Amino acid sequence: MEVRQISVFLENKAGQLANICRILADAQIDMKALNIAETADYGVLRLITDKPLKTLSVLTKNALVCTCSDVVAVKVPDQPGGLAGVLEVIAEKGISIEYMYSMLSSHFSGNAVMVFQTTESSKVFADAGLSVLDAGEVGINE
Amino acid sequence: MGYYSKEIECASRSEIRRLQDSRLVEQVRYVWDNVPYYRHKMEEKGVKPEDIRSIDDICKLPFLKKDDLRDAYPDGLRGAPKKDIVRIHSTSGTTGKRVVAYYTREDLELWDTCVARALCAADITDEDIVQVCYGYGLFTGGLGLHGGAEKLGCMVLPMSSGSTDRQLQFMEDLQSTVLCCTPSYAAYLAETITEKGLRDRIHLRRGIFGAEAWSEDMRASIEASLGIKAHDIYGLTELSGPGVAYECSEQSGMHINEDHFYAEIIDPDTCESLPLGSKGELVITSLTKKGFPLLRYRTRDICILSAEKCSCGRTFVKMSRPMGRSDDMLIVKGVNVFPSQIETVLIQQGYAANYQIIVDRQNHSDTLDVLIEMTPENFSDNLGKITAQEKSLVAELKAMLGIYANVHLVAPKTIARSEGKAVRVIDKRKI
Repeated sequence: MEVRQISVFLENKAGQLANICRILADAQIDMKALNIAETADYGVLRLITDKPLKTLSVLTKNALVCTCSDVVAVKVPDQPGGLAGVLEVIAEKGISIEYMYSMLSSHFSGNAVMVFQTTESSKVFADAGLSVLDAGEVGINE
Repeated sequence: MGYYSKEIECASRSEIRRLQDSRLVEQVRYVWDNVPYYRHKMEEKGVKPEDIRSIDDICKLPFLKKDDLRDAYPDGLRGAPKKDIVRIHSTSGTTGKRVVAYYTREDLELWDTCVARALCAADITDEDIVQVCYGYGLFTGGLGLHGGAEKLGCMVLPMSSGSTDRQLQFMEDLQSTVLCCTPSYAAYLAETITEKGLRDRIHLRRGIFGAEAWSEDMRASIEASLGIKAHDIYGLTELSGPGVAYECSEQSGMHINEDHFYAEIIDPDTCESLPLGSKGELVITSLTKKGFPLLRYRTRDICILSAEKCSCGRTFVKMSRPMGRSDDMLIVKGVNVFPSQIETVLIQQGYAANYQIIVDRQNHSDTLDVLIEMTPENFSDNLGKITAQEKSLVAELKAMLGIYANVHLVAPKTIARSEGKAVRVIDKRKI
């Protein structure tokens, strides 16, 4: 199964992120990865949690603007040149990356995990020989 | 298609003019005899009642402005003794003193008739269930629509404003077919109905929305989301309230109740009368009022009058939707800016019509900021897409206004939503 990411509109105001994290905590949702892209006025918070659909519904109920999209999680060897190797494969395939961020976890011994948003599906990544993780493997159990 | 008073609503232009001629002469005489404040203004201008023999002479009369109404507060313009007055209303004036308007029993009767005509023109009958969510009280919206709907024989729900949950409960349980409120509250209700998935459980078919500037795009969006036909209604507390003019099935301009109100268009700067079809400030003269008769009252609303034949059969002159007010028009960097222009762009670009305009002055130069609520439709995980949309919004605003506006996207439901009139403009300039 594809890895689902929830994005949230963040107004540039103190306490916004704390508010969201508290809403998730109260709903017993565990975050697996988090990334923020910002402009001067607002930001986009991207989240991978153990329960993406529940995350979407609980945040929407709290009047936050959210959207759900598929991303690709790729295992990257945690050593010098690990990421360079992965990115070279992606470049060879002519895939352009819209954004990417890393995921922290102790479950992938010796590896890091990078999350990619591109124009391609995870199948293209897997076919290129990259080690793509499915939803269960990154900790989504919904 | 029904008419409430077909004989007069569809009378020939010459009949209407004859009626206006005689009513103006009577009204001027009545004001001269009963309103010393205006009599004094006439004397200052050297005009006597006998100088006014027909509508053609109306330009000899002095204007009344909002300032006059404030000067004459609380009852300098009252035209009938207190024992004949049965009600007052008052405007929600934003600055200075309020304005109080007085009504005799006959005034209320004619007001209700004007509103009943408006409802008929929107194809509303005594079969309809009319939910009035305008405020009741000093504001004329609630009691005005209430009186007209009751006169027509509708079943009226006197909800007043606010308590959205209760509004929706009644709307669903009593199967309201007509909604009367401000366009911004209608848009808010539509949004809430969609959110709560109540669309299939409501029975609305018509809306009468007024007391606020709104655009064609806003109309289209309310009509689509509620599945209704939305009709505009025009009026001012000073001139009785809603029902001075109303939209028919054509939904293009509002017929003025010309047997009770005479309309002119003037240049707001020079006060010169302008010919039919020109854009300018609407000036209204009451022809039949007793409690609070006003001659040549400057409404500050900018619009166009048209006497073109209307497909509904009515012969009353039509006024366009007000394009802004000569006084809430903002002058930013020397350019005239009307909030309705900004609203039009927002709706075209898929944003909510809930916005706030903040004008300030920094380093001796005006700044224009527009706060806009993010919508789920315009949101994306891709920051590039959001900023591209934002850029296009800024470009469209620039094209519409001629000046640059700083756009700020904010979280939904963070801009205060009033359930009466919306606060759209905050002018922080201290000039």
